[in-house]
Amino acid sequence: MIELDGVEKTFSVRVKRGRLRRERRELRAVDGISFRVDAGELVGYVGPNGAGKSTTVKMLTGILVPSGGRISVAGLDPARRRIQLARRIGVVFGQRVQLWWDLPLHDSFELLRHIYRVPYERWRANLDRFSDVLDLEPFLETPVRQLSLGQRMRGELTAAMLHDPEILFLDEPTIGLDVVAKVRVREFLAEVNRERNVTVLLTTHDLADIERLCSRLLIIDHGRVIYDGTIERLIERYGKERTLVVDLEDPAPPLKVDGARVVRVEGARQWLRFRRDEVTAARLTAAVAERAPLVDLTVEEPDIEDVVRRIYAEGLG
Amino acid sequence: MLGIYRRLVGARIRSQLQYRLSFWLNLVGTALITFLDFAAILVLFHQVDALGEWTVAEVGVLYGISCVSFALADMIFGHLDQLPQMIRMGDFDQVLVRPVGSLLQVIATDFALRRLGKLTQGLIVLAVALAHANVSWTAGRAAMLAVAIVAGCVIFAGIWVGLSTVVFWLIDSHETVNAFTYGGNFLAQYPINIFGSWLRRLVIYLIPLAFTAYFPALYILDKEDPLGFPRALQFLSPMVAAATCVVGWALWRNAVRRYRSVGS
Repeated sequence: MIELDGVEKTFSVRVKRGRLRRERRELRAVDGISFRVDAGELVGYVGPNGAGKSTTVKMLTGILVPSGGRISVAGLDPARRRIQLARRIGVVFGQRVQLWWDLPLHDSFELLRHIYRVPYERWRANLDRFSDVLDLEPFLETPVRQLSLGQRMRGELTAAMLHDPEILFLDEPTIGLDVVAKVRVREFLAEVNRERNVTVLLTTHDLADIERLCSRLLIIDHGRVIYDGTIERLIERYGKERTLVVDLEDPAPPLKVDGARVVRVEGARQWLRFRRDEVTAARLTAAVAERAPLVDLTVEEPDIEDVVRRIYAEGLG
Repeated sequence: MLGIYRRLVGARIRSQLQYRLSFWLNLVGTALITFLDFAAILVLFHQVDALGEWTVAEVGVLYGISCVSFALADMIFGHLDQLPQMIRMGDFDQVLVRPVGSLLQVIATDFALRRLGKLTQGLIVLAVALAHANVSWTAGRAAMLAVAIVAGCVIFAGIWVGLSTVVFWLIDSHETVNAFTYGGNFLAQYPINIFGSWLRRLVIYLIPLAFTAYFPALYILDKEDPLGFPRALQFLSPMVAAATCVVGWALWRNAVRRYRSVGS
């Protein structure tokens, strides 16, 4: 459905050097990315700020023309077949408003019906369905500028789906939303993916989005894909550090145990980090119990947040 | 395509009506300015009898044709001046993800109803001037008048589109573009034989403003060209208009491919 082969994007920027002198410099925003996404997949695309996520999405949707490599989306070259492609994809930019700012939400949907030439019955059925799932009814007649961020995002999602796109691109759709609104957005995406077999590519900074939704994760940094696979495998491979949380009878200085280090102390509770391939939780527990009387303990598995944070900071190493 | 244009413009007008007071103030303000513009022309024409072998009435014909075609172009394409803003804010992104031509979407951001004033002004000047210029009407001359206005509108639009693409490279350049378009209108209102030779060459060969009013007016008024250009040039306006369109469109397409978007 989506195929990238050695895709590059360079921008030339002028850098100030002294009062009048400026120098041209090449900036590689995307530096040879290749991957493919099959129909019906729901893929998370993450990376730190400036990694090239948005640039990739903009190339996939035909907004930017790549400087090198080959892209095919729904069998089309986005830069050359932009208008044809636009009918077959839906796009949501979390930080931009695509709806008509001063008009009631419903008017935007009506305009989009004409822009995308959606047959009336199809459009009506879609709108009814989405306003049900996203609960749009209460604010359909409200001008977009008066909607809350959460309401607006629900409107944006509907707007992107009214013409039955085969692929949905979302650039940070949950940015700035509260927990309830985030859950709603996720449920909606899961539903369109499951029931309409829409292929979804989603960039986000909220890894909970990925955990709840995506079967597959692509991590990019410095314009290159540094990880492509499932979340489980990522944690298994790179999240070797588990944490043993122990409650001692009395507050104590950080414990000294082989194969683990104390990362946090809070009253009588201590957090010990250890690698699963070096020491078992049972051995460690026994070692701790030898040094101080134990009241309670839990083992925390590494979460995706930790893993990704470490990958950003240290690379895959 | 026309349907989409109508709908987008309709949406824009409804949006404007959301701010009623501002809409009406705008309308009143524009009416006032138009009136002042018109008064300025009257004053000018009272002081001068002839301009470079052209009588006042003949200059009025020239001015009228140029004004009408410019006003039409301005009404439809005037919103290209929103382009720098759209590009700077990254709003041009969403234009590119919709299945409608990008130029159509940009010009449909507005249909400047308030520029009707300019059009009316031009039509009045044209009518009055034609009545005083002793035109010996033939079917050919009447047709030329219509052709000149349409071709002029297309030429202005083509030039405008072509020049507006500068903003894809230089974000804050809309003043440059305005200088060319509004300045262009200004140039087209005067008989080109009063200009210096380099300026004359510019408006004939490079930015073909001479074909919006000067050459058609020579034909309508049955005037000897003070510059002695071949008569054939007087019939070239439609071809020049078509060429301007092709060039403008090519520049636009090329520029859109170079669009860089903004960070985020």
